[in-house]
Parts: sequence; structure tokens; C-alpha cells
Amino acid sequence: MTALSPDFKANAAKALANADLQRALLNVKRGFVMKRASAKARLPEFDRLRNEARAIKLHTLSHLDLYLEYYERKVAESGGHVHFAPTAEDAREIILKLCRDAGAKLVTKGKSMVSEEIGLNACLEAAGIEAVETDLGEYIAQMRKEAPSHLIAPIIHLNKETIAEDFRLAHVGLPSDRTLASAADLVAEARTVLRRKFVSADVGITGANLLIAETGTSVVVTNEGNADLTQALPKMHIVIASIEKLVPTLEDACTILRLLARSATGQEITTYTTFSTGPRREGDADGPRAYHVVLLDNGRSEMLGGSFNDMLSCIRCGACLNHCPVYTTIGGHAYGSLYTGPMGAVLTPALLGIDHARDLPNASSLCGRCEDVCPVRIPLPSMLRAWRERDFARGNPSLTERMALKLWVYAAKRPRLYHTLSGAIIKMLAALAGRTGRLRRLPFASAWTRGRDLPAPQGKTFHQLYAKRSRG
Amino acid sequence: MSVSEVNRTKVLDRIRDALGADAPDMWRQVDVRHRLVTHPSGTIPARSLGNHEACLTLFSGMLSSQGADVARVHDPEGIVKAIAAYLAKFELSTELRISEEPVLVTLPWLLAPRLKQIYGEPSAADKIGLSRAIAGVAETGTLFLVSGAGNPTSLNFLPETHIVIVDEGDIVGSYEQAWDNLRGLYGEGTLPRTVNWISGPSRTADIEQTIIRGAHGPKCLFVVILDEQGP
Repeated sequence: MTALSPDFKANAAKALANADLQRALLNVKRGFVMKRASAKARLPEFDRLRNEARAIKLHTLSHLDLYLEYYERKVAESGGHVHFAPTAEDAREIILKLCRDAGAKLVTKGKSMVSEEIGLNACLEAAGIEAVETDLGEYIAQMRKEAPSHLIAPIIHLNKETIAEDFRLAHVGLPSDRTLASAADLVAEARTVLRRKFVSADVGITGANLLIAETGTSVVVTNEGNADLTQALPKMHIVIASIEKLVPTLEDACTILRLLARSATGQEITTYTTFSTGPRREGDADGPRAYHVVLLDNGRSEMLGGSFNDMLSCIRCGACLNHCPVYTTIGGHAYGSLYTGPMGAVLTPALLGIDHARDLPNASSLCGRCEDVCPVRIPLPSMLRAWRERDFARGNPSLTERMALKLWVYAAKRPRLYHTLSGAIIKMLAALAGRTGRLRRLPFASAWTRGRDLPAPQGKTFHQLYAKRSRG
Repeated sequence: MSVSEVNRTKVLDRIRDALGADAPDMWRQVDVRHRLVTHPSGTIPARSLGNHEACLTLFSGMLSSQGADVARVHDPEGIVKAIAAYLAKFELSTELRISEEPVLVTLPWLLAPRLKQIYGEPSAADKIGLSRAIAGVAETGTLFLVSGAGNPTSLNFLPETHIVIVDEGDIVGSYEQAWDNLRGLYGEGTLPRTVNWISGPSRTADIEQTIIRGAHGPKCLFVVILDEQGP
């Protein structure tokens, strides 16, 4: 994975000033959050399922070598092939070779974050193979040469007028006076264009939401049905998935599937959940003649057993993004990484190195909503803190930051001094604010007050009040 | 060693290193085997534990709320009539691409002479598809369809309207019960090439979070429950 645009602070500032983006982000803030809450309310067992899903994932991770070996054997039994890819480059080479051996000219693709992570499309195109994203959002992102900005809603940052302009440019040969005013018009046009791709593709590549060891099965969920047309029609189906997608049994898959859609879109279940095991069987009416699974490591094995082990239980639902005050203010692209929001701020430094992503763990107020909504209860805030500690230990923050912290530590260790100072600062701020009770500008923090006022502290410090109460 | 063997060893060794695990550790092997053989079930939502009639009601209700149309009929004649009525009501094509399931092939099609049955490989031009579900799950109104001889998977996705017949006896409360039934049919640890869970018509909300039906798959899903015991 490469950093897309590493200057987080500049990106965030740009995002705040982008009115279209801010309008689009309201959909995340309102829609997804509300829908998840009502889906959760309809399922009283939701929290118990979260505990169970977490236990399933942690159990699998601590036995990952053994489950992978079993999974591999089951895939082979059903006539499929498993390929291990230690790095992104290995994965690209394996897939490119499979496509070349199949004589592929056109490849259709279901939505896959891992495929984005390894930069698969660019690699295929460089080899003269056309790769077409078929998830509507990914298709539009690909058309615009943009990265997806949300795990499950890749083009949440775009409005339909922009998309209509893109379609007019990209879909040449259609009448120029056609109507593309509504989302329905756009969907209908994409359906027609992509239908032709589906039926003529040589290879279909999908990701996997889950892999099941018991049966050697890959599972993919969609609402559109695009991953199904992608894998059912061509002569070869390639699955690209990372090693931590594995669960032991069909029952374990059910527990996770009960949480996935509810956490992501607030649906009871996605329209389509597809379980694929090997290639077409003898006598089958259709299906791919060959089935390959490429299992990507790319830094994940190094996370096992360490401080970031639990991050490997992530099921990519996007709930932490939807509930994050930072993500819903700046959107996904500002993170400069494929993985965004709280999960991205933990995962990106693990995959790229903290030096390439040191702003991300700091882009959080540690409010804890992400952990509250995570279907597998990943302790995201404490992991963000762990990255901050590592970053600090490496001497990364600037001299001013370190000096300020040192001053604060000096005062905090001396209660008397701390009380005197804080009392004085409170008085000073109250005096500066005057009658409005609000500060429009703060010395040393003008960037912070550019977007908002600081309500001035009222009255006394907590310690003063506490002392007074205990006396009285 | 070939490149693929080197890659395989590299990944598995790294995992064992990180976990501090020895490959032949008996107890870890036993844990894994035990789980795979016993496949213990997690919490099953109480909503799917009702009696059979409650499951049928929940099944239909969930499917309707997810945008599917549902009918309950009492004999094979009822299936043909329900299909004919549905296609007429929405002024849809009368050409049906039918999966070659004995139950579907032997339906009394003569009752609806206007309907034309076509068999064989589905095409992108098909308007109406007809399949049979091997199971229905009440919990979320989910149909289980399996690939096999005469049962092309693409039939579930290519046509604009998908009609699915399910026997009331195959409707169960939870996903786990449906898997157990499939284990009975296909054997432990074995699945058909494709199992499709279908819980409504195809949809997308990618553009401005507006839900539009018929993204790539069927725009309409019509589920006919055959309930020969029923009133």
C-alpha cells in the first residue's frame, strides 16, 4: 500500500473548506448512524453477538496458522487453488500470471479493499488487461481516477450532478441529450454499460468478507449483485483476501454476518450473501472453470500477538468511520490512506510504518464512540494512544510540542503551583472574554479558534469548588 | 522449492513466529479440530425461535420489508396462477427462463397458456427467471439457492424479475438450521459450488445514499411459498 497523499493537515484544511463535501458528509453523520441504531434496537441480542464475534476472531487469530492450513486443504479438495502472498508485490505477480495464463483481456471486479491495497488495477492495466470495477461506487471512483473515500460507500463525497458530468464524458456513443437528472437515471445507464462487461469478461476478481475453514469457502456480500455476475459468468474466478478474513465454521460466519450489515448500513442483512467453494462441479449448469484464492499477508502477520493484534479482527463495516467526529468532518480522502477513520488511523501506520502516517493517530479526540459501536469491540482509542506513545518515544513531535508538554508535566507534578496557575489562567480568560463569555481568538491557538469560539471558564476552578464544598 | 511453496512457508512461519507457536503443538491442533468438528453455534436471535407458523409469518414479513413481493399458495396450480397474475399485474414479459428442477418443470403450465417456458443456459436478455430455493430463513427473510445440474447461478442475477418458489417445509427459523439441513444433503464440511443467500431485489445506495432498485441484479423479487398443509 502506498500513501496516497501524506499531508494530513493540509488535506483536512482543504476538506473543511469544501462545501460539496461538507454537504455529502451530512449523509454519513445522519443516515448511517440513525440506521445502525434502529437495526441494533430491533435485535436485542446485538451486544451479546458482539462479544461472541470478538471471541471468534481472537480465537481464529491465535490459531491462524492451523486454520489456514485446514482452509487450504478444503479449497484443494473442492478443486480450487490457494496462493500465499507475503507482500503486495507477490500478490500482484500471482494474479497477473493467472490472468495471463487464462488469456485474459477483460477482467471484471467486485469491490475489494485488498485489491486497492495492492494496487491491482494499475498493475493489470500496465499489462494491457482492462480491469473494470463493477460496484457502482467503485466504478464511478475508477472513472474519476480517485480512491474510494469510505469503506462501504466509496463515493459518498460526490453529488449526482458531478457523476452525471462524468458519465457524459466516459460513456461515449450514447445520445448527448439523454436525461441524467436522477440517481435512477444514472443507475440505469451504469447497469446497461456494465452488463456488456459482465458477459464478455474473461476473469472475475472479487474480494472476500469472510473465508470459512470448515468448507474451504469464500463469502462476499453485496446489495447490487455485481460480485455475483463478476464470479458466475467468466471462466476463472480469483478471490483476493487478506489472511485475517478467516473464520473456523459456517456458524461462526453466521454470527459475524448478523453484525456486518447492521453495523454498516443498518440493514438486517445485505441483499446478497454468496458462499463460493471451488470451481464449477461436474454437471453444474454454469460457474467458473477455475477458482483461485490469493491470501495476502502484507504486514499483517507482524501485527499478530502484539499491541495491534485486535485490529486484525476488523470486519470492515465502516461503523467507526460513520460515528467519528473527525471522519464526518473531513471525509476519507484527507486521511491520505486507503483505510480511513479510526480503523484507518490504527491500521495505516501498521501497514506503512508510523513515519508515513504519524498525523493519523493524532487526528482523534479519543472520544471513544468508535469502540462503542465496533461490532467486534476493537479497543481503537487505546490503540491510537499506543501509536502516539510510540511516535513520541521515537522523538517525532516538534520541539515546541515537547517543550509545552514538559512545562505541563512540571506544573502537574506540583499541586500548589498547578492550582495557583490554573486559578490565574481562568480569571484571565474570563476577563478577556468580557461580557459575551466567549473568546473569539486565543493566543497560541489561533488555528483552533478560526473555526469556533471558546466559551470562557465561569467562576472558580474545580479544586476551588471542591475545597469550598468540603468545608461547607 | 517452487516460488509458491517458498511464499507459503514464509507466511506460515511468520505467523507461527508472531504467535510464539510450534507447528506440532498438540493442544492447539486439538482445539482447532474440536471446533471444526463440533461447529458450535453462537446466540440465535429469539425472533427466529417461534413455532413454524410464526416463522412463516416472520419470513414473509421480512422479505416484504426488504422490497420483495410474497404470495402463499396451497397447490402447484396456485404457483402457476400466482406467477401469471404477477406478470400480468406489472405488465411484465411472459417468457420465463426456468431452472430445470423437477418441481418447476412438472408444474401444470397448461393452466396459463400465455406463459412460455424456456430452459437451458440463461442469457443477459432474459426478462423473467424462475428458480427454487432449497431453504428459507425466517430471521431475515433470506432464501438459500444452490448451484447444481439444471440450476444455473446466473439465473438468480441476469433477469430483471426473479421468481423463487420455496416449500413451506423448507422454511426454518435461523441460518444455522438451514446449514444443518444442507449438511444433511451434501455431507459435513461440503457445500455446493455456490450458495446464494437472497433477501430482496438488487439495490444500490451509492449515489447520494438514495436507494435505487435493480442495480445489476433483478429489479423485482417475487417469492411464492408453497404451503400444501395450509388453510
